[in-house]
Amino acid sequence: MIQNLHVRKKEENRFSLNRRQRKLVTSIVAAIVLLGVVVVGALLDEERIATNLIARNLAPSFDHLFGTDWLGRDMFARTIMGLSLSVKVGLIGAIGSTSIALILGMAAATMGRVADRLISWLIDLFLSVPHLVTLILIAFTLGGGFKGIVIGLVLTHWPSLARVIRAEVMQIRSAEYVQISKQLGKSKGWIAVHHILPHLTPQILIGFMLMFPHVILHESAVTFIGLGLSPHEPAIGIILSESMKYLSAGMWWLAFYPGLCLLMIVQTFDRIGENLRLLLDPSKSND
Amino acid sequence: MPILEVENLSISFNQYTAGLKRKNIQVISSLHVTLEAGEILAVVGASGSGKSLLAHAILGILPDNALVSGTIKYNGELLTPSTQASLRGKEIALIPQSTNYLDPLMRVGNQVRTSVQTGDATLAQRAVFKRLHLQQTVEKMYPFQLSGGMARRALLSTAIVSDAKVIIADEPTPGLDPVVMKEALNNFREFADNGCAVMLITHDIESALMIADKIAVFYAGTTVELAPVEDFTGNGEALRHPYSKALWRALPQNDFTPIPGSQPHPSDLPTGCLFAPRCTMATSACSEEQPDMRNIRNGMVRCMHAT
Amino acid sequence: MRKMLLGKLGIFLLLKGLRMLTLLIAICFISFLLVKNSPIDPIQAYIGADMLKVGPEQREKIAEYWGLDQPVMVQFLNWGSALLAGDLGTSMIFRRPVAEIIGERFVNSLILMVTAWVLSGVIGFVMGVVSAMKKDSWIDRLIKWYCYTLASTPTFWLGLLMLIVFAVWLGWFPIGLGVPAGVLAADVTIADRIEHLILPAITLSIIGVANVALHTRQKLIDVLASDYVLFARARGERGFILFWRHGLRNVALPAITLQFAAFGELFGGAVLAEQIFSYPGLGQATVEAGLRGDVPLLLGLVIFSTFFVFAGNLIADLIYYVVDPRTRESRMI
Repeated sequence: MIQNLHVRKKEENRFSLNRRQRKLVTSIVAAIVLLGVVVVGALLDEERIATNLIARNLAPSFDHLFGTDWLGRDMFARTIMGLSLSVKVGLIGAIGSTSIALILGMAAATMGRVADRLISWLIDLFLSVPHLVTLILIAFTLGGGFKGIVIGLVLTHWPSLARVIRAEVMQIRSAEYVQISKQLGKSKGWIAVHHILPHLTPQILIGFMLMFPHVILHESAVTFIGLGLSPHEPAIGIILSESMKYLSAGMWWLAFYPGLCLLMIVQTFDRIGENLRLLLDPSKSND
Repeated sequence: MPILEVENLSISFNQYTAGLKRKNIQVISSLHVTLEAGEILAVVGASGSGKSLLAHAILGILPDNALVSGTIKYNGELLTPSTQASLRGKEIALIPQSTNYLDPLMRVGNQVRTSVQTGDATLAQRAVFKRLHLQQTVEKMYPFQLSGGMARRALLSTAIVSDAKVIIADEPTPGLDPVVMKEALNNFREFADNGCAVMLITHDIESALMIADKIAVFYAGTTVELAPVEDFTGNGEALRHPYSKALWRALPQNDFTPIPGSQPHPSDLPTGCLFAPRCTMATSACSEEQPDMRNIRNGMVRCMHAT
Repeated sequence: MRKMLLGKLGIFLLLKGLRMLTLLIAICFISFLLVKNSPIDPIQAYIGADMLKVGPEQREKIAEYWGLDQPVMVQFLNWGSALLAGDLGTSMIFRRPVAEIIGERFVNSLILMVTAWVLSGVIGFVMGVVSAMKKDSWIDRLIKWYCYTLASTPTFWLGLLMLIVFAVWLGWFPIGLGVPAGVLAADVTIADRIEHLILPAITLSIIGVANVALHTRQKLIDVLASDYVLFARARGERGFILFWRHGLRNVALPAITLQFAAFGELFGGAVLAEQIFSYPGLGQATVEAGLRGDVPLLLGLVIFSTFFVFAGNLIADLIYYVVDPRTRESRMI
């Protein structure tokens, strides 16, 4: 008998929601968690991380979930503030880079051959130098600090998304309904607003969400090296680079929890991005 | 006793449609086919009607999201996934339809040799190439270097060297020039005359009529008629199902009258007889229940009005 | 036929070379402009802590010595022509020729990167293959989870964890420096070098595995769903034989090319790992140059790392060009 050939597939029915609905739910929950981190981080005031010389170098406990540092600052509060800062910097970086990708991707697809060649050369240019080295160079040029790191992040994350957008726009432009609109005498602007942008929105959204984790990781890496955010900011990169001095004294919690939380934030963004892709991209409809 | 018997075979797929909904698409429903040793059975139906899946179901190589029900018997024995696995390539061989079925990075000769079950693989491969008029240089080529005719013969040679008892050929004729096609069809006749059973899955009814012994007419995922090839004659009076008759009359050398309407999509099948919406003989009873396959005049038919 | 093949290969290399040349010139020019516009004062960077003792005349002299008093374009041309002659200038912090420092550091980095590259490539490939062959099983889920987690892990944090566990808690490895402090370079044994190499190499490998594994997994899943694998299964092949005959040959090439094309990320990873483990390689030199405003060294490193990335891309292209029969043999007909 071959009735039993594919029993495995039926297991999915154990859950009342199908896989796609589950993905939607987890995405929403993840987004709420992220929003929570940002809001809590913004609400925490400086007092929470004030120097407290009585409570120095404490290992994690119920009073101080992530322990305290050599100045007696609560590591949990510092971590949450750092994450909030990471998300903010990531947001600025990703929005900026997505905008560049959108403009250059559209330009490459619509403004003729020369523009296309030029932009593809520009993309190659950015991909020729190791990403981290480019970031170091830009941060160095701008003298480090918030401005340097943000501009560096904005300027270096767009190439791959620009390629996606270029390909997408080219495909839409050659589609039949756009050709018909053209023959009906619709203007370029009308076609861009009514046909191209609506199709592009999901791609941009997915590209943006998947860019976010990269931006956050690069920010913290450059800050960790010492060329990013200033040491006065409660950034994760700063926390981890400071912790290096105290690791040999056995204060592992200074590095462990902040890094773990950064990982979780990055992964949450990545998960939302991937889920969005699965839900919005029809070519993956059976995954 | 028939060497291969397919009874009540149904295949469906689970697919996500728009947004969050999931749908079950029935591609093949209650299909019956029997195959005798020494004969050629042609399964004839329009393109895109899921005929290839019948071959894949017999071999047990359907994709994971396929749901299968029904029975398949080989030499009177029920097939299970494990017996299917042990029969594939040894007792039952598939001749696929295009070069895409050859590994793009493997030399053609080597691919044919992997099908050899006993004896010296290289010798067997060279003998078959010679028999099929393929030059010896072909064995060193990669699939993308083959012409259409060479690719067909290479695919055919994989079946020949395997010494299988049952050969299932999936659309073996399209794109071939008449000479090569005749040769390919003669090869199948040779198989059958040597005691093999051949199942020819095709949309090309003319070439099927040239060499087949029996014709199974396939419509919307099921067989509507099983008839000896002699019945395809005259005005089609000897045929049993209205669809077979219409198909026969649609041929250029006959009336050349096309059948109005189009085959229903697997996700949108009618409740009763699948052909009812396009049938001139249809009555209200036809759209109530799908008729069973029944024996009439040395053949089988799925129509309550057939005589 | 052979000659024609080589001729075509020559044209291919020439075109690639030209494109790389235009990119390289642009990168030199842009980096030079960027660095020159930095608010970090190169003279101060040169003099360092003695800044207060230096009067304006001395400053001018130093500026003249380095050519810093001339217009930027002239400076660029001077620097560019020296570059063409193979002179990358003199590092301000090490007070030695940049080319010498890069050469020396590159040997160190190369050992680290090659080790990590080979380890991550082989382990990642095997993981990807296992994952795809056992798709949807617990081991596939485990590998996928591992890869997605690793892809979100900050390299430097992983390095810190390794340091905490293996150097601080277990005491198996020294906490820093490429060689033991206070020992002359000539007296450093191979064992010393290996000891300092292990942790950074493992850190880089653990991170590097994710990319190859996920890519190989996806590629093999695509291959397993292809028509030719369906036909192979129809002929009775399955399991390891099926993978050996059809999977491996169709998956290996993309995986190897991917590894070569990832030289840029490898370099970035090395920057972080070397910083954490105080490993005296190119990455650490890059950070030093950036932090302390060593313009000639920073420029030299940007150019060198660009060459490094180019080399990887070129090898990747060449492999496809020479090894894949679809491009190789179609050119022979």
